[in-house]
Amino acid sequence: MATVRIVITLKPGVLDAQGQAVHQGLRALGYETVSGVRVGKCIEITVPDQTARDDIDAMCERFLANPLIEEWRIERDQDRDGTGRSRVPVLPRSQGS
Amino acid sequence: MMRFGIVIFPASNCDRDCVHVLRTVLGHDVEEVWHEAGSLDGVDAVVLPGGFAYGDYLRAGAVAARAPVMTAVRAFARAGGPVLGVCNGFQILLEAGLLPGAMLRNDVLRFRCTTVHVRVESTQTPFTRSLRDGQVLRMPIAHGEGNYFAPGAMLAAIEEAGQVVFRYCDAQGRVLPDANPNGSIRNVAGVCNPAGNVVGLMPHPERASEELLGSDDGRLLFESAVMWLETRKRSLVTPLRGSR
Repeated sequence: MATVRIVITLKPGVLDAQGQAVHQGLRALGYETVSGVRVGKCIEITVPDQTARDDIDAMCERFLANPLIEEWRIERDQDRDGTGRSRVPVLPRSQGS
Repeated sequence: MMRFGIVIFPASNCDRDCVHVLRTVLGHDVEEVWHEAGSLDGVDAVVLPGGFAYGDYLRAGAVAARAPVMTAVRAFARAGGPVLGVCNGFQILLEAGLLPGAMLRNDVLRFRCTTVHVRVESTQTPFTRSLRDGQVLRMPIAHGEGNYFAPGAMLAAIEEAGQVVFRYCDAQGRVLPDANPNGSIRNVAGVCNPAGNVVGLMPHPERASEELLGSDDGRLLFESAVMWLETRKRSLVTPLRGSR
């Protein structure tokens, strides 16, 4: 079995009121340098290893996302490092505090 | 007397109001239809009430739109039966693809619970047929995700086909930005399908069907549907639109 992670976000240009509210919250905490926030959702599904990308796209198209307003990207296990985290590059953690 | 089917999903919460208005205020038969039902046989019109069906998990209306009863609603709609979706019921019809467009969270970043005015933009639906074009109705809204959206080409097609049924307006019927409670594109408060028999709107007509509640404008929608059904039963009705 494989765990597939589906990250769903509002399409660029579609108003993200939730993101705006979170942005306000960050500013209220003093994080003035944050210039934008978009909020999406992450869905992990467990499927047989041989599940085709097309099948997962169909799940997104038909149900998991609303194609009128949302887009998605799919990450498989092999896209991640040994910690189970995405291999999408991340900034180094700050020291202290 | 007509027979209305009120579809009840887990976490519907305006179903009792709809039953009350249709059965007690207007004196019709009401069948309460559970979300697992496979048939709407014997029903003249269907109402999808407001609430938070299936907890609004994933997206408002998304899970409910795939419930077993929706197969029957789809067939009922295809056969030309009148279907009204109120608030969450509207969101369900959008998610089911029975109506065009999608809902976003309110642009004001708040749940809106207030009374609004809407202007009747189309009388080519069972629920508005006995109203006047431009008639102003006063009804309550209560939603966090009522920001109607359709991408450019789809919006143009909806407008062109006259599928916008209600727009938020002021008390004088002027469609102004200030009268828009949630950021809906072009102040859209309700739309219909191309045939006109499926209608969804965010305001709650069932909460505005008795003077005691501050407005009885909402009952006009139900009464209009009843008149439309009576006319159809006498086989005098012409198709709502050319296509069907």
